[in-house]
Amino acid sequence: MSIVRSHVLISIDANTLLAGAKAVEEALINELRRRGIDKEVGVIETGPLGIIGKGVVMVVYPEGVYYGNVKPEDIPELVEEHFIKGRPLKRLMIENIITPSVVVKEEVGLTKRQVRIVLKNSGVINPESIEEYIASDGFDGLTKAIFEMKPEDVIKVVKDSGLRGRGGAGFPTGLKWEFTYKIPSDEKYVICNADEGEPGTFKDRLILEGDPYRIVEAMTIAGYAVGAKKGYIYIRGEYKLSIDRMQKAIQTAKEYGLLGDNILGSNFSFDIEVRKGAGAYICGEETALIESLEGKRGVPRIKPPYPVSQGLRNKPTVVNNVETLANIPDIVRNGAEWFRQFGTEKCPGTKVYTILGDVINAGLIEVEMGTPLREIIFQYGGGIKDGKKFKCALVGGAAGAFLGEEMLDVKMDFENLKEYKAVLGSGAILVMNESACIVDMLKSILRFFEHESCGRCTPCRVGTKRLVEIINRFANLEGSEEDIDEMVNISLVMKDTSFCPLGQSVHLPVVSAIRYFKDEFINHFKEKYCVANRCGRKVEVLS
Amino acid sequence: MKTKEEILKSFPKNPDYIIEILHALQDNNPYNYLTPEDIKLCAEYLDLPVSYVEGVASFYSMFSLKPRGRYVIRLCDSPPCHLVGSESLLEYLEKKLKIKVGETTPDRLFTLELTSCLGVCAVAPAMMINDEVYGNLTFEKIDKILEEKRGNL
Repeated sequence: MSIVRSHVLISIDANTLLAGAKAVEEALINELRRRGIDKEVGVIETGPLGIIGKGVVMVVYPEGVYYGNVKPEDIPELVEEHFIKGRPLKRLMIENIITPSVVVKEEVGLTKRQVRIVLKNSGVINPESIEEYIASDGFDGLTKAIFEMKPEDVIKVVKDSGLRGRGGAGFPTGLKWEFTYKIPSDEKYVICNADEGEPGTFKDRLILEGDPYRIVEAMTIAGYAVGAKKGYIYIRGEYKLSIDRMQKAIQTAKEYGLLGDNILGSNFSFDIEVRKGAGAYICGEETALIESLEGKRGVPRIKPPYPVSQGLRNKPTVVNNVETLANIPDIVRNGAEWFRQFGTEKCPGTKVYTILGDVINAGLIEVEMGTPLREIIFQYGGGIKDGKKFKCALVGGAAGAFLGEEMLDVKMDFENLKEYKAVLGSGAILVMNESACIVDMLKSILRFFEHESCGRCTPCRVGTKRLVEIINRFANLEGSEEDIDEMVNISLVMKDTSFCPLGQSVHLPVVSAIRYFKDEFINHFKEKYCVANRCGRKVEVLS
Repeated sequence: MKTKEEILKSFPKNPDYIIEILHALQDNNPYNYLTPEDIKLCAEYLDLPVSYVEGVASFYSMFSLKPRGRYVIRLCDSPPCHLVGSESLLEYLEKKLKIKVGETTPDRLFTLELTSCLGVCAVAPAMMINDEVYGNLTFEKIDKILEEKRGNL
């Protein structure tokens, strides 16, 4: 690598490609060359910078200046101002940004401390370069595990760290690994669940696009710990860029001897294969995912037995979410105590959230477990846009709960949310302002469940249909008090009797919507009034 | 374009790979679907009953067993897109293409489908046309995209 005075990191991901990032990059390189400073200013492709809705984004180091909505025609001016005259181009600067991968820890008397774990490299390194990953401590964890630790030691570190599954259920990861480790078997498997389908969630996609080698390393460590030789990463079929990047990363890691036979010259061998999904939300459920990997219809299996003892091909199998695995290399490298300094006693570490909807800064953040919802929405999300008031947030995706204003101070982690009959889920936070209609939102959620119900068990197959019929009545400014009770009833029966978490989760949005906004349901049939003016008539104007 | 035999042979003869094989066969078809012949060939190659392969193909929403248009439009209908008006975009697309969801235009150019979350919620409302994602959609933008696709032929 040659020495340059400035680096321009241009984000190349699904969002920026859409906005024409390649054309901007080409214009930039050409302009730098034309000006004769292409040897002084390095242009590097990186993963998502976590700033969203601002077109093509780039960051210039060492200054750390962010530019957004950059178009090829802006480039001559940008180069002239920033690199020739040495002053940032105000017009395109993004100010007050929430940096994507930053945890700000405030302590009395101490200055702000920044820690990044999961998104440490995202938007900092070139995701397609294994050298850059290695240069930022990549594969240190794997090397330490293979040469300095026994599999039991690795499991102990992960157990002691208190890491819990980030896919939604929050099961202790170390415990899962230990179960699989203890079962003798000629074959075992590690599966990375990248079938991210929860509405409003795209954290796993950004991790895969921004730091694919981290997942290669983490899966290999998991394989070493539990005694597996083969890993699968199941990525949803729609995530084309993630699939490409992951396949390349696996290929390169093999060429470097960091994956495949006799990793780093040791006795340990491990291989990873990428598998594509084909459009089924239910395959995010681990047993349905395994069925799909085996080439079957993706319907869930009965539990127990759990995958830890009888998973893929009925062999012991560890299934971990992308975000969970992304924590592993640093935990192994730095130890359990290091990890425990972040987050809460029962839920150590950080959580990646996607903040969406009516907030000023929509995007992706990584903050400590236990950060209050208010801070996430108003500090990181910048508050509600267009000067409107906060109404509620749908937390955890479609299989999540609505949280009203009185819940803003809840400290977000697995345990606290459970107390309020809510879930952390996938970490999606969809914020709605005062002019959004709760009936309209719930209609969208229930239609989603109706479509994605696999049809195997009756409570879910029929229940989702009935719920859609009822919510459609409200959406037509009809319905009744009995309908409201019936919705609660159906969803609670589904909770108790459905086969898998899909049907068991539908009560979360239904019951919470009715708990906070029952009046709004009543207004729909009594007053024929919908606050968003969406129900009962066709909408023509886009917001 | 590869022959069907070539596609099949590029995968191990293992039922695990059925979804990958179906993806490859469908991607190879200009009308974006799996023909009865595809299903039969896949079944023979993997030594599985035809009914089994069809059962798998019909389960996953990315596979189609009937001909679709050259361009499959998949409009995202999940809550984040719904919040910013995907429903009115659907109406607009239906009116503009003169077809309903699940149908194909008579010139076999466009098929209109709904999809759940595409994971690009930050640029909601969004849709996918074949492998490409389009975000921050408005009526004008849709007009432009459809024009572009028509012009490609």
